[in-house]
Amino acid sequence: MKLSGWGQFPVVSCTLERPRVQADLQALLARGHGPVIARGMGRSYGDSALNPAMTIDMTGFCRMLAFDPVTGLLEAEAGLLLADIIAAFLPRGWFPPVTPGTRFVTLGGMIAADVHGKNHHRHGSLGNFVEWLDLLGPKGEILRCSRQENPELFARTLGGMGLTGIILRAALRLLPVETGWIRQRTLVQPDLEGVMAAFESSQDATYSVAWIDCLARGNALGRSLLFLGEHARRRELPDRLAAQPFSVPSRRGWSLPFALPAGLLNRYSVRAFNALYYQAGRRALTERLVDWERYFYPLDALAHWHRLYGRRGLVQFQCVIPLASARTGIARLLETIADAGRGSFLAVLKRLGAQESFFSFPMEGYTLALDFPVNDTTLALMQRLDAVTLEHGGRFYLAKDARLARETLEASDARVGSFRDFRRISGAGQSFASLQSGRLSL
Amino acid sequence: MSGGSVLVLGGSSDIGLAIARAFAAEGHDILLAARRPAELAADCADIGLRHGVKARALRFDALEIEAVESFLDGLEELPAIVVCCVGVLGDQPLLEQDPLAAAGVIRANFEGPALVLGALANRFEARGSGVLVGVSSVAGDRGRARNYVYGAAKAGFTAFLSGLRNRLASRNVHVMTVKPGFVATRMIAGLKTPPALTALPQEVAMAVLKAVRRRRDVVYVRRVWWLVMRVICAIPERFFKRLNI
Ligand SMILES: Cc1cc2nc3c(=O)[nH]c(=O)nc-3n(C[C@H](O)[C@H](O)[C@H](O)COP(=O)(O)OP(=O)(O)OC[C@H]3O[C@@H](n4cnc5c(N)ncnc54)[C@H](O)[C@@H]3O)c2cc1C
Ligand SMILES: NC(=O)c1ccc[n+]([C@@H]2O[C@H](COP(=O)([O-])OP(=O)(O)OC[C@H]3O[C@@H](n4cnc5c(N)ncnc54)[C@H](OP(=O)(O)O)[C@@H]3O)[C@@H](O)[C@H]2O)c1
Repeated sequence: MKLSGWGQFPVVSCTLERPRVQADLQALLARGHGPVIARGMGRSYGDSALNPAMTIDMTGFCRMLAFDPVTGLLEAEAGLLLADIIAAFLPRGWFPPVTPGTRFVTLGGMIAADVHGKNHHRHGSLGNFVEWLDLLGPKGEILRCSRQENPELFARTLGGMGLTGIILRAALRLLPVETGWIRQRTLVQPDLEGVMAAFESSQDATYSVAWIDCLARGNALGRSLLFLGEHARRRELPDRLAAQPFSVPSRRGWSLPFALPAGLLNRYSVRAFNALYYQAGRRALTERLVDWERYFYPLDALAHWHRLYGRRGLVQFQCVIPLASARTGIARLLETIADAGRGSFLAVLKRLGAQESFFSFPMEGYTLALDFPVNDTTLALMQRLDAVTLEHGGRFYLAKDARLARETLEASDARVGSFRDFRRISGAGQSFASLQSGRLSL
Repeated sequence: MSGGSVLVLGGSSDIGLAIARAFAAEGHDILLAARRPAELAADCADIGLRHGVKARALRFDALEIEAVESFLDGLEELPAIVVCCVGVLGDQPLLEQDPLAAAGVIRANFEGPALVLGALANRFEARGSGVLVGVSSVAGDRGRARNYVYGAAKAGFTAFLSGLRNRLASRNVHVMTVKPGFVATRMIAGLKTPPALTALPQEVAMAVLKAVRRRRDVVYVRRVWWLVMRVICAIPERFFKRLNI
């Protein structure tokens, strides 16, 4: 069956199995036909969740197992959707402690990528909220892993991209909230200097993220909108909303039935940005209430929006530049993009907090993410961006990657060697592999 | 719609679980009755957590006819709605050779389900309310070489339900027959079925929920099955007997 990640690049023919009971899953592993890879919702962009010989769809394991209404600890199977967690628990006053920009991801996929959200500078990555997980190891054994039990395997599985084993179940601590609304403040920033200063002075904000207009050059390089957010308290809602603080206006979902020419997207996204930019500028720093869905998942309303990028698909570039060199590094990245003349994109900029981990992406600094339609020019541009990232001591997010060279990864991340050793010694290397791990020799 | 619990007999089945979830989403408490209730603990937890209802699993074997009354006596309360999903497809060639195996299929599709619903019908009649849903099959509409042991048992079940409906129509007890057509469940996991004729368990569940609300009598999940079965039943026997369908 033809499979791909969210970017629809690459598209690869894979044997896909969707077991629903643990014994069937173990049997797939025990066949001894070479390594397998677990797959969640396939929302990683590239080839992290692809293995032509055997890709195991985990969405058949999607049950909630227990919830403690005092601590907010939810135990569930790894294929459970984030969307289902929100649907069940937001009405009871709980929200995911960390969330990516889409809710159509699985618990296992989020743990394997150790995802970060707009609150990374305050709360760190998802792994901080994972109390334990049950991992199916190379020999079909099931190990409970936590900070107390099998702590190294636990820590390596966070951000381990499915390469340490298959996550079966996990316990995630949810965040208590009083409403389903976010108080959003929008700060208009004329340039990169401005937006980075604003990030630094907004470290107390729970959520922060900026959109950068990549068309802007020269003095306006880094022209951006910085969005800050706080969970609204119930008393902060107008009466008409406070009566039912978790019910938010329902949105009509749209779906894109087929791929559009790539040029269209750029024109529209930039237009939308400009409109917002001037609007926000006029209404000077207004604070407004935004419901959780619009705030965290604006793109989820348009199912299959990746098809906007045309038939060949899209690739995302996401790197993080350490704090010390972030200013020059991000500037160089933006200049490189603008110089390429393909710059009519929006980029997302985010301040990450400090994080020590075996193989997770985040580290203290600034992360820049942007989508490109797949073609030879953009692929060449991305290699230039790789080089800039390396020069500034940065590294790359594997969950977004489809094309990084092994040498580039090695040069960017001193942790690669230890990850490889672990895979070799534990036997995980023989049992779990993706196209990505093959490409990068992980 | 709330009001009363829903008992699913054959609660471990793909269709039964989907139906349980659909009713739980409407606020009904759920009882799953199955031969190995311990295996349903995670499903009960999930249903309870997602929908904020009570969900429990009970031991029940449809072949233990002598235990039916005590099973029903053991329920905390008489449910408002009972859905019976018990069934066994069986391996037709084997059933042709092995009368005991064939008897097992007949009993699991007809005798067991019919008698437990019959016992429930008496209690519902006494209470003056209740809904009984029997999941039968289009295979019971006309016997075919491919699966006539199963089909004949389902035909018996369909006739039993029809009789029960007739008996209870004036007693405020509703009896519904569901003929799902192909459904993508573990029962037919080995078969290749045409996608247009194959429903998902959730689809069956939504159809059952809707039909219970509307008090429908006989439900084909995908409309096209009604037509297909009309055509199949209209073929004169002397041609039909030579067909391979
Ligand atoms: C629109 C959009 C916005 C996004 N925003 C963000 C963001 O803000 N922050 C962020 O961090 N990420 C973001 N992502 C990336 C996404 O959160 C991650 O790629 C996540 O891993 C996807 O989860 P999934 O269930 O789809 O996993 P998949 O894409 O199917 O798999 C991803 C990885 O997880 C592994 N995996 C999946 N299930 C298991 C399991 N049960 N056991 C072991 N390994 C498993 C796979 O092997 C693979 O390596 C975004 C993606 C999209 C499409
Ligand atoms: N799938 C289809 O295409 C299709 C089409 C038409 C009708 N149906 C009918 O739909 C119903 C549900 O089937 P399904 O497709 O969901 O398949 P399924 O998962 O195999 O369900 C069959 C169920 O019957 C139960 N069962 C069998 N013998 C039993 C007994 N003696 N006592 C108690 N329970 C018993 C099984 O329980 P255990 O877990 O204990 O085995 C299981 O829950 C069946 O009646 C089937 O005939 C299915």
